[in-house]
Amino acid sequence: MTEPHDHDHSHSHSHEPLDPVALRAEALESILIERGWLKSAQVDDVIARYNDRVGPMNGARVVARAWRDAQFREHLLADGTDAICSFGFDGAQVEKLVVVENTDKVHNMVVCTLCSCYPWAVLGLPPKWYKEPEYRSRAVREPRALLGDLGVQLNSEIEVRVWDSSAEVRYMVLPQPPAGALPEDEQELAELVSRDSMIGVALL
Amino acid sequence: MSAGSNTPDWAALPEAIAPPQANGELLFDAPWQGRAFGMVHSLVDAGQFSWDEFRDQLIIALEQGAVGAERYYECFLQALEMTLVGRELVGQELVDARTAEFAARPHGHDH
Repeated sequence: MTEPHDHDHSHSHSHEPLDPVALRAEALESILIERGWLKSAQVDDVIARYNDRVGPMNGARVVARAWRDAQFREHLLADGTDAICSFGFDGAQVEKLVVVENTDKVHNMVVCTLCSCYPWAVLGLPPKWYKEPEYRSRAVREPRALLGDLGVQLNSEIEVRVWDSSAEVRYMVLPQPPAGALPEDEQELAELVSRDSMIGVALL
Repeated sequence: MSAGSNTPDWAALPEAIAPPQANGELLFDAPWQGRAFGMVHSLVDAGQFSWDEFRDQLIIALEQGAVGAERYYECFLQALEMTLVGRELVGQELVDARTAEFAARPHGHDH
């Protein structure tokens, strides 16, 4: 095999031990690049996207904006998919996003009873418990008791609404802001928003 | 429940076959693991094979491997290879030969 192939020096391998699996991965990538099915930069981009740009922080930014900007909040609740377009999240266009708002009267929580559909464009990958049968069944059967076990004590007058995600529609909760003075800066505000609060299993 | 055959939906994979992650973020223990993930994602995106095809191979590879989370990406890479070989997109011999060629590089090679 003497034909020249792309030597890609953008990722260093020269000082790593010769892990046979790493070599195999590298071999496969070099073949795919040669065939023109893949570009090294595409792979870099996917890794960067999942490392830096997909995760609960995306949803937190959306929530922070909604808290500060009433017009955006209305847009978000009316058409989540459209409202988050301006953030340019990867994968955001794939499914319909519906955002449901927690108020003094209503608490929302999200589940996927069938499998583990999850709004990954805004929340990243789902936590392990989200996929477990216990959460999936109790969320429907006894949401209030489940929330209690997770530390969310709700006044009996507060209505609990459970939203069942599907491949087509993904839900995200717009939590109520924490009590007290909030930071002016949107980024700092976003840091107050936990992933679990956007699934509806935590309060802020 | 995949959202479409050319959309990698990592979030919807059942726990048993999902990539290792913490708090919504993927965990890669070595750079090659990220490369393997990125290759699959890009190839599915480009329509070289479907998301369902890869997922089926991943299930098989993880069952056969019967290994812990620390070896997840070995099975993952195996699944990628099986998908490509099964589709006759890439020959097994070529992958073996290229791997051997890379293994034979002088250590610390950098031209």
